[in-house]
Amino acid sequence: MAHPPADVPDPSAEVPEVPEAPEGSRTVLDAHDIARALTRISHELLERNKGSEDLVLLGIPTRGTHLATRLAERIARVEGTDVPTGTLDVTMYRDDLRRQPTRGPQHTALPPGGIDGKTVVLVDDVLYSGRTVRAALDAMNDLGRPATVRLAVLVDRGHRELPIRADHVGKNLPSARSERVMVRLEESDGYDVVRIAPSPGDALLHPGEGS
Amino acid sequence: MNKHLLSVDDVTPDDVATLFATAVEMHDVQHRSVKKLPALRGRTVVNLFFEDSTRTRSSFEIAGKWLSADVINVSAKGSSVSKGESLRDTVLTVAAMGVDGLVIRHMASGAAQQVSQWTDAVVVNAGDGTHEHPTQALLDAYTLTRRLGGLEGRHVAIVGDLTHSRVFRSNVALLTKLGARVTVVAPPTLMPAGVTAWSEAAGFATSYDLDAVLPTADAVMMLRVQRERMSGGFFPTAREYTVGYGLTRDRLGLLREGTPILHPGPMNRGLEIAADAADAAGSAVLDQVSAGVAVRMSVLYHLLAGEGSVA
Repeated sequence: MAHPPADVPDPSAEVPEVPEAPEGSRTVLDAHDIARALTRISHELLERNKGSEDLVLLGIPTRGTHLATRLAERIARVEGTDVPTGTLDVTMYRDDLRRQPTRGPQHTALPPGGIDGKTVVLVDDVLYSGRTVRAALDAMNDLGRPATVRLAVLVDRGHRELPIRADHVGKNLPSARSERVMVRLEESDGYDVVRIAPSPGDALLHPGEGS
Repeated sequence: MNKHLLSVDDVTPDDVATLFATAVEMHDVQHRSVKKLPALRGRTVVNLFFEDSTRTRSSFEIAGKWLSADVINVSAKGSSVSKGESLRDTVLTVAAMGVDGLVIRHMASGAAQQVSQWTDAVVVNAGDGTHEHPTQALLDAYTLTRRLGGLEGRHVAIVGDLTHSRVFRSNVALLTKLGARVTVVAPPTLMPAGVTAWSEAAGFATSYDLDAVLPTADAVMMLRVQRERMSGGFFPTAREYTVGYGLTRDRLGLLREGTPILHPGPMNRGLEIAADAADAAGSAVLDQVSAGVAVRMSVLYHLLAGEGSVA
């Protein structure tokens, strides 16, 4: 199977410096692993959908949005078509809104064609309890009625609290509840890496990092 | 952020930035077909209005409803207030029903502050006498930020009936806090007592000459002449007020092209603002109304969504 050139990491390209892993944490995916996982997912999406027709990618801020953009870039390279991409904030739909200090909502932007009758792929960095995805399904309900909704995540760390599963997974990462999964992406953090660290009791304070 | 919003003093510039960022997202909700967010589901907000209001009350009501809160309006007319019930008893009665948020407008300055000491509910001041109207100042600053791209170093003229204006008091405090340069303009009779010392302490300028101020203004905020609060003769005739301090068609020519013109409403067309100015291309009056809903959604969200949180 012929891989598009972007699959092969270009040795001349400047790879952003990744800071030393903090004490006790270990790297699960490096920049190349992330790139390969996203390339695979983009192919899976196309295969499952038999092309890019009616496909819409919706990222959950902030890192899910970056991942959705990257997936769209890869699909464009393979298929030569631009898949409509948007961002879907779920803050107001969370079931733990009352239990946390209030956070401001982030941006929601649907692609111009909307989501009605489309195959929407929700994209997030970490799948954990499944509550974020539930909130995203509710949020989508107020914005339109997709024909199908699928879920693509970079890391599935287990410990689901709701009957939700991902259709496309970059890496299954068995973890303990006390551990923390940290996804860092170049767009928001300057470098690509996924790490896991023991962090008793700290996980709730870092939503989006494994919650 | 403080528990209540009683005065502009309750918010820091960082709080304002947070409120505005949320308001931008809330503004988008106004353009959706389903104008509803579930953030305040199960919360109850009472609008307690002891003074007449159209836009503030309906805007708070819409804001609450779009956030899925249950909103109840209580106005002095048609309530037990007209039977002689005291403010305290009315508030305690309403609070005893299990209310999460109280939006209050009252003719006495300091009423909101007083009410906040009687109840556990979150209190939002929607205008207390001639003291403050913080959400109006927030929506004005939000409108100006959107129109001017920022407030730092911008020159805002606030013109009209300053003595009776809570909008002016909240705005001058908020705009200077956000880095704008404010000049207030009024006839001597409508300048608040002690304005000289106050303006020096608070860092704003005063003027009696509207024509001299307009050419350097980046924005003009016209205030309503509040005849219902006037007990004496503050100016000889309405015509004379208009000639000296109204934003007339002629004065529009003194403004730079596209200068935003604000008015908190309701407008006395032909008195403090000519129809030409109210409907001019630069007029931000309707922007203010739509910003009002977005900003109040933001305020209610930030004050009520996490209220009673365990964290």
